Amino acid sequence: MTDLVTDKQSALEAIAGSETLDALEEQRVAALGKKGWVSLALKTLGQMSPEERQEAAPAIQAVRAEIAGAIEAKKADLEAAALEAQLASEKLDLTLPAPDSPKGSIHPVSQVMDELAEIFADLGFAVATGPEIEDDWHNFTALNMDESHPARAMHDTFYFPEEEGAADEASSSEAVGQQKRMLLRTHTSPVQIRSLKEQGAPIRIIAPGRVYRSDSDATHTPMFHQVEGLVIDRDIHLGHLKWTLETFFKAFFEREDISLRLRPSYFPFTEPSVEVDVGYSNEGNRRVVGGHGDDEGHDWMELGGSGMVNRRVLEFAGVDPDEYQGFAFGLGIDRIAMLKYGMNDLRAFFDGDPRWLSHYGFSPFDQPTLSAGVGARS
Amino acid sequence: MKFSTTWLKDHLQTDASLQEILDALNAIGLEVEGVEDPAELLKGFQVAHVLSAEKHPDADKLQVLKVDTGDGEPLQVVCGAPNARAGMKGVLGLPGAVVPSNGMELRKAAIRGVESTGMMCSARELDLGDDHDGIIELPEDASVGHSFADYQGSSPVMDVAITPNRPDCMGVYGIARDLAAAGLGTLKPIAFPKFEADGVCPVEIRTDDPEGCPAFYGRVIKGVKNGPSPDWLQQRLKSAGQRPISLLVDLTNYLMLAFGRPAHVYDLAKLSGAVVARRAKDGEEVLALNEKTYTLDPSMVVIADEHEVHDVAGIMGGENSGVQDDTTDVLLEIAYFDPPRIGVTGRKLGLASDARTRFERGVDPNFLQEGLDLLTGLIVELAGGTASEDVHAGSPPSEAKVVAFDTGLTARLGGVDVPADEQRRILESLDFAVSEDWQVTCPLRRHDIEGPADLVEEVVRIHGLDAVESVALPRMEGVARPTATPAQIMERKLRRAAAASGLHEAVTWSFLPDAEAEHFAPENTALWSLDNPISEDMKVMRPSLLPGLLMAAKRNADRGGPSTRAFELGRRYFRGSDGLSDERATLGVVLAGEKTPRGWATGKAQGFDAYDAKGIALELLAAAGAPAEKLMVMEPVAEGTGTQFHPGQAATLRLGPKKVLARFGMLHPATLKAFDLDGPVAAVEIFLDAIPAKKAASGFARASFTPPALQAVTRDFAFLVPEDLAASDLLRAVRGAEKNAITDGRIFDVFTGGSLPEGKKSLALEVTLQPQDKTFKDADLKAISDKVVAAAAKLGAELRG
Repeated sequence: MTDLVTDKQSALEAIAGSETLDALEEQRVAALGKKGWVSLALKTLGQMSPEERQEAAPAIQAVRAEIAGAIEAKKADLEAAALEAQLASEKLDLTLPAPDSPKGSIHPVSQVMDELAEIFADLGFAVATGPEIEDDWHNFTALNMDESHPARAMHDTFYFPEEEGAADEASSSEAVGQQKRMLLRTHTSPVQIRSLKEQGAPIRIIAPGRVYRSDSDATHTPMFHQVEGLVIDRDIHLGHLKWTLETFFKAFFEREDISLRLRPSYFPFTEPSVEVDVGYSNEGNRRVVGGHGDDEGHDWMELGGSGMVNRRVLEFAGVDPDEYQGFAFGLGIDRIAMLKYGMNDLRAFFDGDPRWLSHYGFSPFDQPTLSAGVGARS
Repeated sequence: MKFSTTWLKDHLQTDASLQEILDALNAIGLEVEGVEDPAELLKGFQVAHVLSAEKHPDADKLQVLKVDTGDGEPLQVVCGAPNARAGMKGVLGLPGAVVPSNGMELRKAAIRGVESTGMMCSARELDLGDDHDGIIELPEDASVGHSFADYQGSSPVMDVAITPNRPDCMGVYGIARDLAAAGLGTLKPIAFPKFEADGVCPVEIRTDDPEGCPAFYGRVIKGVKNGPSPDWLQQRLKSAGQRPISLLVDLTNYLMLAFGRPAHVYDLAKLSGAVVARRAKDGEEVLALNEKTYTLDPSMVVIADEHEVHDVAGIMGGENSGVQDDTTDVLLEIAYFDPPRIGVTGRKLGLASDARTRFERGVDPNFLQEGLDLLTGLIVELAGGTASEDVHAGSPPSEAKVVAFDTGLTARLGGVDVPADEQRRILESLDFAVSEDWQVTCPLRRHDIEGPADLVEEVVRIHGLDAVESVALPRMEGVARPTATPAQIMERKLRRAAAASGLHEAVTWSFLPDAEAEHFAPENTALWSLDNPISEDMKVMRPSLLPGLLMAAKRNADRGGPSTRAFELGRRYFRGSDGLSDERATLGVVLAGEKTPRGWATGKAQGFDAYDAKGIALELLAAAGAPAEKLMVMEPVAEGTGTQFHPGQAATLRLGPKKVLARFGMLHPATLKAFDLDGPVAAVEIFLDAIPAKKAASGFARASFTPPALQAVTRDFAFLVPEDLAASDLLRAVRGAEKNAITDGRIFDVFTGGSLPEGKKSLALEVTLQPQDKTFKDADLKAISDKVVAAAAKLGAELRG
């Protein structure tokens, strides 16, 4: 019995002193292997009398359990130390750059068009479209600008060559030829005519899109974007127009202190016609929309043209002007995008410079929603 | 239109301040585009009396003046002008004043050791003329102690934009009338200088074209003396931005600018025979006042004598009969021309003038006699001479439009409630005659009034648009309904999918240079090419989205940008069979430069390849809702791919053999050369109009699906196949071998060369087998494998050992 205690003592010391799993295994074999001293001690039990056995067995079993436990514990320690050493050897310099996944962007014009669609959808407006290569009739005549109308001169129109046979010196066939003369639409207003012809009244639409004028300087490009608005129904008047634009600007700029000023103006396709000014102030070299234009430090800025649709336009579009009336407006999309998001160079919109697009473009996940506010904050 | 407040007050009796006038102009639709105040410009310049002039002690050409500005002690001023002398009156610029001609601020300074407080000014220094030989000499009675601006009577000049419907406001008088109606003061009656008409007009005046020139009034004045205009006239013309020329010319301009009434004065000595308004003969020429020769046609109206054309009617006079300084006898012309014809003529000739602007918009048919008498009176008063009696050929339109007006319309259309008597007052103040029962007779000059809506506009603009209150549009009940069309929904998704896959959205011009457009034009297709492009670079409507993106990529590369990943969603423009526009929604992608830059983990920089393009094409087609699993990749240079792409590294994606949804791949070196790009460049073009629309009626619920309970197993096969066998063909055959079991097939290795026989390649596939209601037994798997091998064998594939 004394041997067992001594052996156990030295075995536990040896186990504790094992520095590798192999050394530990040697200790296991020496103690618990087939010929190990614990195993041999267990075998002696067979030769013992039942009384002796009853006394010795628990002691030997206890030693066996103690040794096995010590080995397990040591094994776990050694394994943990080995893993730790391995992990330590796997250390990375995580200040090195991760692989880049390229970031794309949505162009401000598209983003703002989506914002427009979202805001106006809430007011019951659908989005309508029409061709950019238009005929003279839809772009001018049906909008109450016949061939001799002086307002045509204000449009700087891009024309396509007259088709053979269409042009003629005699005035009557000249008129017919002119109706079909193809041009780049100078405004989105022809969509009014097309939409009314197609679906009639009542109607609520906006028509965003490209328009073209032969004009190029610091603030004008020969192609730009406009949005047309059209509401035709019974009992629609200028007050509704004012509310609609006010409501739109409040939602678009996400501020309540929007004030509009209507000024009488002239467009052949509306009567009465009004220019829409919005109050703004200067912050640094930026114009910030908001506040009353007559207040200290504020002024008015022209944002678009509008008015009550001229009854002749309704007639051209096949709508009974004695039953229906309504308003139309036009706004520059690039312009309101610049005002909202702080771009100052219109020409850069159309350059496709990745640096500009990364800076001023929008994340694809900035999808305008009413609940989150249609604007994408910087 | 530019005019001074002094001029405005010739016609408007008012105490309103400048700001009140400007606000009123804006409020009634006469938009103020600018104001210039000469008093601001001439601040610090005073009327001054030179008390003494002594020689400068140290300079021969300088004098030392003592100058009185009426403000205490006389000032000492050094002056080099030869005409400076004691007793004269002139203009002194005080320290702090800014010289208008050069922007220099005057300071107190010592000139050759003598202190000088300010500067005596020449006309040129004050931008008042070209005279710089000496300082300005003011008359004896000029009163010292006033600012020079006050003395000069110069007043603020406003620039007002007149809309094309208001030719009646293209004269100061008309603007005064509108302001008076708006309550800014009282319109003064026109002052007609008196003259005696003596004898019949010696020249026969006719109109042979009553349609183009319904009325031609005239008279002769003999014995006039032309010369410079008086100051008041010069000042008015200058405020309008016009250069005074001579009395006779200035007076016609004055009539036009003050009353919107163009007129013409001929030198009688240059005319022979009757003076007639008629149509031009085909090819007839006229040398106009702008010294250019115009060739006319019979649609144009001219004024001619028996020899030649002297006037493109209503647009510009002729050089040969214009008045000169020595002109003594003149013929005055006041006519009425058909407005549309003037516009057409002006556009045909490309000739603009102040007269045309007024005639084509419509002058007042009721102001011919007054205009003629006013011009005659002014000429006789200022240039002398004897006027003949007037002659009238034809008569101007005289039938006034009568509009039945319902005052309630002002509220119904204009959204503002204006009492009926106020509406009456406004209309009458604008010279509309309003009967008891609201029959409104319009003044003849208001060509713009077509019906009741125009009267609403008159009432509302004078009453004030500020009075229009916002009224909410009626709303549908409940939550707003969706309004976007399937095409709009698809485009929105596609844009965001493209941006999410790492592409920047660009917006490029719809028009291209000819060569770049033609390079991408489909064969035998005539493109839309502008008649009047703004430049040759913006001439032809794009037949593809790629040229614009390639040009952007080129600009980016030139700026040193390492890579371009750009897309654009927009229209391509073609000609429809009906001659109208056929505009097709398209998405273009260009991948140029580096796909990955050199990196510590990835090594050298890598460019884009055709598989990048394919990946994007498939991803975006899926986002657009195209049935990606049904798409076929078709051989390169097949119809639809186009010659712009690499013949071996480009393909189309089709739905069925004909319907091309997209093309993708590497661009042809010739394309890169045409766009001056260093390659390789990958591109994608997706034809959105070809993508079948999702059925709008389909609901929200998906087809029902439960993930299979049994585990799928995979089997690998390696086949030796002919080198030109398309991988997709083998894949399709294998997947079709046992449709119930095979749910996926994937090529994981492609190998050529090595020990493989000539003309062969090895394709290795992983096939996924999905057991349905019971697990596969070895025999099942064997049977499926045999079917796979057999199906592949039909394509010439042998299983490798």
